[in-house]
Amino acid sequence: MRALTTPTEQPLLELDNLRVNFHTPTGIVRAVRGLSFTLGRERLGIVGESGSGKSMTGRAILDLIPYPGEVLADRLVYRGQDLLTMDKRTRRKLRGRHISMVMQDPKFSLNPVQTVGEQIAEAYRVHHKASAREARERSIAMLEAVQIREPGRVYELYPHEVSGGMGQRVMIAMMLIAEPDILIADEPTSALDVTVQLQILKILDDLVTERGMGLIFISHDLHLVQSFCDRVIVMYGGKAMETLPAAELADEAARSQRHPYTLGLLGCLPDLDHPKAKLATLTRDPAWLA
Amino acid sequence: MTTWTDYLTTDSPTSRRQARLGQLYRQWLAFKRNPLAIAGLVIVVALLLIAAFAPLIAPHNPLAQNLDKRLLPPSAVNFFGTDSLGRDIFSRIVYGARVTLVIVLLVVISVGPVGLLIGATSGYLGGWVDRLLMRITDVFLAFPRLVLALAFVAALGPGLENAVIAIAITAWPPYARVARAETLIIRQQDYIAAVRLQGASQWRIVWKHVVPLCLPSLIVRTTLDMAGIILTAAGLGFLGLGAQPPIPEWGAMISAGREQIFDQWWVATFPGLAICVVALGFNLLGDGLRDVMDQR
Amino acid sequence: MAITFFGLLLVTFLIARVIPIDPVLAVVGDNAKADVYDAARAALGLDKPLWQQFATYVGKVFTGDLGKSVLTSNLVTDDIKRVFPATLELATLGTLIGVSLGVPLGVLAAVYQGRWPDQLARLIGLFGYSVPVFWFGLMGLLLFYAKLGWVAGPGRISVAYQDFVDPITGVLVIDAALQGEWEAFRDAWSHLILPAAVLGLLSVAYISRMARSFMITELQQQYVIAARVKGMSEFRVIWRHALRNAFVPLITVIALSYAQLLEGSVLTETIFAWPGLGRYITNSLLNADMNAVLGGTLVVGAVFIGVNLLSDILGRLVDPRTR
Repeated sequence: MRALTTPTEQPLLELDNLRVNFHTPTGIVRAVRGLSFTLGRERLGIVGESGSGKSMTGRAILDLIPYPGEVLADRLVYRGQDLLTMDKRTRRKLRGRHISMVMQDPKFSLNPVQTVGEQIAEAYRVHHKASAREARERSIAMLEAVQIREPGRVYELYPHEVSGGMGQRVMIAMMLIAEPDILIADEPTSALDVTVQLQILKILDDLVTERGMGLIFISHDLHLVQSFCDRVIVMYGGKAMETLPAAELADEAARSQRHPYTLGLLGCLPDLDHPKAKLATLTRDPAWLA
Repeated sequence: MTTWTDYLTTDSPTSRRQARLGQLYRQWLAFKRNPLAIAGLVIVVALLLIAAFAPLIAPHNPLAQNLDKRLLPPSAVNFFGTDSLGRDIFSRIVYGARVTLVIVLLVVISVGPVGLLIGATSGYLGGWVDRLLMRITDVFLAFPRLVLALAFVAALGPGLENAVIAIAITAWPPYARVARAETLIIRQQDYIAAVRLQGASQWRIVWKHVVPLCLPSLIVRTTLDMAGIILTAAGLGFLGLGAQPPIPEWGAMISAGREQIFDQWWVATFPGLAICVVALGFNLLGDGLRDVMDQR
Repeated sequence: MAITFFGLLLVTFLIARVIPIDPVLAVVGDNAKADVYDAARAALGLDKPLWQQFATYVGKVFTGDLGKSVLTSNLVTDDIKRVFPATLELATLGTLIGVSLGVPLGVLAAVYQGRWPDQLARLIGLFGYSVPVFWFGLMGLLLFYAKLGWVAGPGRISVAYQDFVDPITGVLVIDAALQGEWEAFRDAWSHLILPAAVLGLLSVAYISRMARSFMITELQQQYVIAARVKGMSEFRVIWRHALRNAFVPLITVIALSYAQLLEGSVLTETIFAWPGLGRYITNSLLNADMNAVLGGTLVVGAVFIGVNLLSDILGRLVDPRTR
């Protein structure tokens, strides 16, 4: 286990009271209701059911909340730069270059009419002045870094010609080629075959560690997050139920101190070593959202 | 009032009719919120009223020639001026609404059921029936509509009835296509399988279950198509192949005003505006209906 | 495709057979004796069974024989070869106008969905679907030719320049440019632009509407978000990533619109005295010249099929998934 952020180092990202609201004809939908956390060079997991606001948190950090939605926060700071007062253009330039995101399903998140290589090279050239040739070389090197054999051949392939696991490696290559400090991984393995999930996680882990990046790992899978991350935020209904070091999740002795929702999430997972006659269903208390 | 809205908006209708009326009412509420759709409805209703009450609205006899009053510009007496035979253009346009309406209704009445039946049969039965019918449809779709209608009128001879027949012959394929596409979706639903298990005949399934479900998209299609029919009919009239003189048909009136377009602009301009407004009305109405009835 | 064309032949053949005019009488005159009538009937092949007549007809069409035009006393095939380039010129420029205005309009409408560019596109679309093209052409002539004098009037070229340009491609503006006859070019262009713009508006209506709906679909896709995450400008996200995907189905729409313009040219050519296929068909029609009408109809139908086929092939080339 790596050390958590040393107090002397400036945090990568600071969030205070983040809210995401959607104004619909039938009223305001509150997707995120007051989330606060600080991210250092660590692996932070955000877990919750679908609709808990975990994906919206990622999108809000990237300024990618679509039109009827609004993002509010008391504080949203990337390495000392205030994102709330920053103009749209500068904010866009942060995307990819400083904060990036790997999305769920490579089948849909790669442009079907462009070769994968072009898409990677494009991500590089948005942020770096480089010739087409240089961008191509960089991209092929990046494909190698995500452990793709024959990167030169894969460069020329179209997204429909690559498998899901390879597509997700391409996605990682595309999102890391500009060398960002923060990577948001939004369910990066949920659409993949179980057999390749671990490979992808390994690649992701190696790159993040090697480059000393901060990772926000968004998932519905508590066990995965527990084994993969340093720290975990458990979200429900747009709010953080609790934040804790991942190690404590496995700690049977500390169970009594856990939030009931976290226990619920843990309890509804099957465990072959300790089989239960009946899996628990999640109980949800409206009071948690008050 | 309140009891009526309660009856219509209840979540638990007690009869089939109540459920159906309730759905209509909800669709009407959605339709009412769209100002453009309402504008379309107003235009179409106005067209119906004008056609029905033409003798009361028209200030002059649409056929009365008066060579002393040839090509007069618009005035308080002749709102839209007079044509080269001294006939009042406004009155002719008012009566022309009847001609337009007759053409549209005749075409739709003959085309709708045919297209629906061909499409629903084709989609439901599948196999070689489907292939044959869709081949025929393709052939007709391969022809540009107006050119095919022209060829038919050329064969049948000019005139109102023949124009209607020619337009009808060229208008059915898209209906068949829509109906077939709908049927293919409906056919695979479980409740159709349930009806079949109860021993319903093929015809009963097509008529009682498939056809009614195709109706909404066909109504939308028809309304939008009416604009196209009006334009085709006007085109035939313009070429002298539709309604024959002295019947006041809008397309033919434009054709008659063509000679004087640079000197007496009003002769051709007003009938064209009438076509434009009516076609726009049907388009707006169809658009609005699509939004509420055919949300897929 | 082949089957569709065969059906096309069958329809034109059947139309020719249902005409109430007796083609034999047209040859021998009303007062012919019975034996002369029968001989002429046999000479025309009309005594044979219907399917044999059809076989003969198909054979003739495939050897390029569409019969003789009564009106021009030329072979219909020759007539069509002469008039077709004029229609092609008109429809092509009309489609170019339609694509260059319609696609951007549709894209903007999709990006600003529900706001004013969308309303504008909707209005233009509704207008294009509701205006009779012949009336629109007349109004155009009235305004831009008679009142403002910005463009030339009906016809394809002024009488003064009529013999300046030798036909090479048959497309007048191209021929004039190839021969460096710039005054003739300007004159021909000035005749061409108004009818092409009239046709173009119809095309804008259709293309912008479809472009809007395809773009709305594409803009909701995940790869668009991915492109934004990379830090691409919104301009590139929309015009490079999303539009390139929307273009795959748009090709079919553009092809269809092109074919429809060939149809729209029937009425437009009449208004603008444009010596193309549309006017040829209508003129023949008004003079009951059935060979010419059916020949023209067949050619328009064949072009329709051909354009559809072409759009299929093009679509395959643009979309890597079907390559």
